[in-house]
Amino acid sequence: MMNIPSEDEMDDALRARYSQEVHGTLIRAKIGIAGLGGLGSNIAAMLTRAGISVLIIADFDVVDITNINRQNYCLDQIGMKKVDATEVQLKRINPYSTIIKHDTKLTPSNIPDIFGGCDIVCEAFDKPSEKAMLINTILEECPGVRVVSGSGMAGYGRSNEIRTERLFADLYICGDGIDMEEAEGGLMSPRVNICAGHMANTVISILMNGDP
Amino acid sequence: MRVNGKDLEPASRMTVEDLVLSVGHRPDRVAVELNGKIVPRSEYAHIALKEDDSVEIVGFVGGG
Repeated sequence: MMNIPSEDEMDDALRARYSQEVHGTLIRAKIGIAGLGGLGSNIAAMLTRAGISVLIIADFDVVDITNINRQNYCLDQIGMKKVDATEVQLKRINPYSTIIKHDTKLTPSNIPDIFGGCDIVCEAFDKPSEKAMLINTILEECPGVRVVSGSGMAGYGRSNEIRTERLFADLYICGDGIDMEEAEGGLMSPRVNICAGHMANTVISILMNGDP
Repeated sequence: MRVNGKDLEPASRMTVEDLVLSVGHRPDRVAVELNGKIVPRSEYAHIALKEDDSVEIVGFVGGG
């Protein structure tokens, strides 16, 4: 096995690729990810590659064979807690990043404690009522925390129908707005990743004070 | 009033919950902003809408 680069070497590599302003902003950010399914597991990997070094991840589920078609896990992780499997994947990308894990079901009573200190939280649940619960709880009880939400990414084709909109002052929505029950093909990796890419890109864009 | 960028005449004594239902959403699957501020879910049935209000309703769909 090759030697793992040092933290300074990794830092230099990212700094050389980005400007100091971009790298310095990403490395200081604190990003929450609620749900580690198709959206959350892929967003976590993208943000870690980009240089986000503090992630707060939450999910109560375990990796299942039906997850492999779109979620960022491998067959040898079936049966692992998703928070643990995600941590393994992220530490392979950047062993020096800080991953704060919450192996728990998110509710209105624990969400403010878990995500209250984040700059941005990615809503990556699958059920519409759970999405609404998380978003309302954060917007009501965690002032200053912005939310990037995924809403509609099932099926195949129609790549350009997935879009990002800022709908409230602190709420950005990525997706095509079509329920998975109504989209032909169910949830599939490419289109889930297009939506996850919108969400991760929106996180970076917000941090840099840009438009989504 | 303005609802998601369109003009709409509020029915008399229309609450936020009435409006959410009338535009075809389930109240447990939305977030609502009234005049730029999030409306707490516990207030949906109690806040009456006025002529000069501006409302944004976001409905969420399954998949993630």
